[in-house]
Amino acid sequence: MIPEATGGDVEITVTPGGPALVRGADVIRDEDGNPHRTQRPRVAVCMCGMSRIKPWCDSTHKFIPSSGSGNSSSGSGNSDKG
Amino acid sequence: MHLPRPRGPLSQAVVDRLRTGPEATLPEQVQAPDQPLSDSDFQLALWVLYELSYRGFDDLADGEDAEWAPDVLAFRALLEEVFEAELRALVEPRTPDSSEDIVEAILEICEGDEDARSMASYLQRDATVEQFTEYLVAKSVYHLKESDPQSFVIPRLSPAVKAALVELQYDEYGDGRPERVHQAIFARALESMDLDATYGAYVDRAPGPVLAENNAMSLFALHRRLRGASMGHLAAFESTSSVPCRFVAMGIRRLELPEEVAAYYDEHVEADSIHEQVALRDICARLVAEEPGLADGVLLGATACIVLEERATAAILDAWESGASVLLPDPVGEAA
Repeated sequence: MIPEATGGDVEITVTPGGPALVRGADVIRDEDGNPHRTQRPRVAVCMCGMSRIKPWCDSTHKFIPSSGSGNSSSGSGNSDKG
Repeated sequence: MHLPRPRGPLSQAVVDRLRTGPEATLPEQVQAPDQPLSDSDFQLALWVLYELSYRGFDDLADGEDAEWAPDVLAFRALLEEVFEAELRALVEPRTPDSSEDIVEAILEICEGDEDARSMASYLQRDATVEQFTEYLVAKSVYHLKESDPQSFVIPRLSPAVKAALVELQYDEYGDGRPERVHQAIFARALESMDLDATYGAYVDRAPGPVLAENNAMSLFALHRRLRGASMGHLAAFESTSSVPCRFVAMGIRRLELPEEVAAYYDEHVEADSIHEQVALRDICARLVAEEPGLADGVLLGATACIVLEERATAAILDAWESGASVLLPDPVGEAA
């Protein structure tokens, strides 16, 4: 995952058991070098490799057992966008 | 939007007061209903009073002055006292096993009741087109004003926390592109189903437990002292959205509903995977680090989000399983 920006700094925050949050990127290149543009101020990039919308996170990591690296995200949900 | 049809004495009193003026006096005391969190009359009365601070109504005797009319605010306070006490009673006491870490504590709350049914799973596998339509109609009361409650909280936060909240809200509001505002994406979903996408169009149809979810967000957002609850609610909401939205989108494609409907849920699979992290770590964790006294409020908000959603889900699925509609009758379709 290679973030590109046209100006300013790019900040990457790795979350425990979750995605990498990237602020300030215009393009994320996936492992095949394909560019994925975004207009969001911040994006969540898949780190577990299981997302169905790579390079973006789709929260599939919640189904992967925690490796004990701090607080794994849980609460995958009996509710929904309501 | 016009004032909705009253459902009982409380909403009747509110609608009469707002449509007629101060001479239609509001009660000085409120007899709390047995189940305020699901009571259709109680929740509609509160919803109408809160709506004065959003887009308001076209048929108000005092016009836009109604929002700050002392008698109206006094009556709202009576209802809020009952409502807030009910919400506080939902919060599980902290135990020695409870996490001290606010992010962990919110995520524990998000696990919810293990016996609670899943709306997303039902929509994914079982719902009919008619049921899906009812779901969209019921949820439209919120989705057409999606993220608006939390915007009231911005000026009450420190620079570090408000920067995070505004980053999240900017995405909710389309990243500068009106057509990408989540409210607008949902409006297109409604239109693609030949439903009315006018703001507030289906308030008259929404059942009490759905209105309660809306009202909790307004209660938390409109009171500075409840800013922790508003942000805790936001974090729980975002943390229980991405995966369920993927299931809902699968149900939409199973039923071959318009892609505009799926687009709303697809957007939330991606966006809420971001927003969850921002709300948990950059908003709630920073807020509690700055103001440790807000931790209880954060947990109140998270609990209210999860429990009210479980109850709304139960009400909707109970109605469907008994072969009924979860929506109230359409007032337009009834003889006057």
